[in-house]
Amino acid sequence: MIITKKKPYEEVKKALEGRKNVAVIGCGRCATTCETGGEKEVAEIVKLLESDGHKVPYSGLVEAQCDLRLSRLELRRLDGYDAVLSMACGSGASALSDLTDKPVVTSNDTMFLGVVRRHGDYVERCGMCGDCTISDTIGICVKTRCAKGLLNGPCGGSHDGKCEVGGERDCAWALVAERMRKAGRLEELGKRRG
Amino acid sequence: MNFSDKLMRGEFAVTGEITPHKGVNPGRIREVAKHLIGVVDAINVTDNQRSSVKASSLAVSRLLIEWGGEPIYQLTCRDRNRIALQSDLLGAHMLGLRNVLIISGDHPAIGDHPDAKPVYDLDSVRLIETIGGLNQGRDMSGGRLDENCDFFAGAAVNPCAHDQEVELIKARRKIAAGAMFFQTQVVYDVDMFKAFMSQLPKEAKVLAGIIPLKSEKMADFMSTKMPGVSIPADVIAEIAKAKDPCKAGLDQAVRIIREIRPHASGVHIMALGLEEHVKTIISEAGLHGL
Repeated sequence: MIITKKKPYEEVKKALEGRKNVAVIGCGRCATTCETGGEKEVAEIVKLLESDGHKVPYSGLVEAQCDLRLSRLELRRLDGYDAVLSMACGSGASALSDLTDKPVVTSNDTMFLGVVRRHGDYVERCGMCGDCTISDTIGICVKTRCAKGLLNGPCGGSHDGKCEVGGERDCAWALVAERMRKAGRLEELGKRRG
Repeated sequence: MNFSDKLMRGEFAVTGEITPHKGVNPGRIREVAKHLIGVVDAINVTDNQRSSVKASSLAVSRLLIEWGGEPIYQLTCRDRNRIALQSDLLGAHMLGLRNVLIISGDHPAIGDHPDAKPVYDLDSVRLIETIGGLNQGRDMSGGRLDENCDFFAGAAVNPCAHDQEVELIKARRKIAAGAMFFQTQVVYDVDMFKAFMSQLPKEAKVLAGIIPLKSEKMADFMSTKMPGVSIPADVIAEIAKAKDPCKAGLDQAVRIIREIRPHASGVHIMALGLEEHVKTIISEAGLHGL
């Protein structure tokens, strides 16, 4: 899941200043799950834009905004807009910008690739490095979850399962050690990686 | 080089430490170094300790040589990618540096430039291996050097770590990577140190970290706020009761060194402002001249 967070509305409003007619486009995938670009969020922002004097000639969702084949279908039939408000991730906004010469503004900050643990509870789990070694560390990506991205951790700053950077951040390598211990495979921790 | 010779001959070695300051006046550093040069076998020079900008360990290590001392050039994985690391090592070699201590390095988040990009292109294990490669005349990509380097590389280990099993696995992995010696985090609990050492290969050269306590406040701070430090209650009590806590701390350091001596290859004394007392500590601990 690509996790997005809403930008403060004031920032969106500023970016759309002077653009009277705004097409608002949400996304049916990750942004719907994260509640940053689903039907409800689209409707909410349309209300705000209209009360600020904008006209919204079109508002709706693309099933997956980042898929140009789908977004193309949507934008092809739109007309009479001065700007597009993308309520998806950076990838979605970027796709829409390929399809129009009008400015594309995003209402979201794209945070990370992660897992949804509970409603509203998202955690980063993958750094999209293109060279996945997660099988070697029992499902824990140390490149992403270790603050130093160490391949041969833990470092000396790991204490009581927490990372030295503080703020309750778990030490990824302590998590690996814990899982290895549980599986009776702790000696694998000493494998030389990289 | 005196330090590596001593260790490899099985003689008890003593190292000290200098932390370069945030500045450009070498005189300040020399004032501290003069208490250690000719007193200890080698002197660690820290690398932007605690992720805070200081004069570079490479430069200060070279200065130590010019002042008649033997440096242990500390190099962390935090700030430099593999190109810079290897390049600095080659330059260090040209400047006469041979002893290197490799550590991961504190994360920038806890330093005075928290927005600095953490590099960690290599971790300590891979950097130690890389030094092994340089010692065989090739860089990480297999490029040939004009001659073999002659580095004596060490690493850090914490015998008083909470998770001893994991700490031992890490130590063995560093030995396999080519670490020739270890310097440890501060030790106050000699039994813990002994237990840890008994699990390492006999040939492992480990210098126990020693920090003389200066006050009850310092003892409390270190045992509660510094993770990985274990101070037995009776040690803290002794400092708390002492009329002269500073002297009590120095006496404790001497005692710890005496007790540790049969179980270690040396001690690494981090005097933290008490460098002028290192000579006395060494002689009172019965460690005779260099």
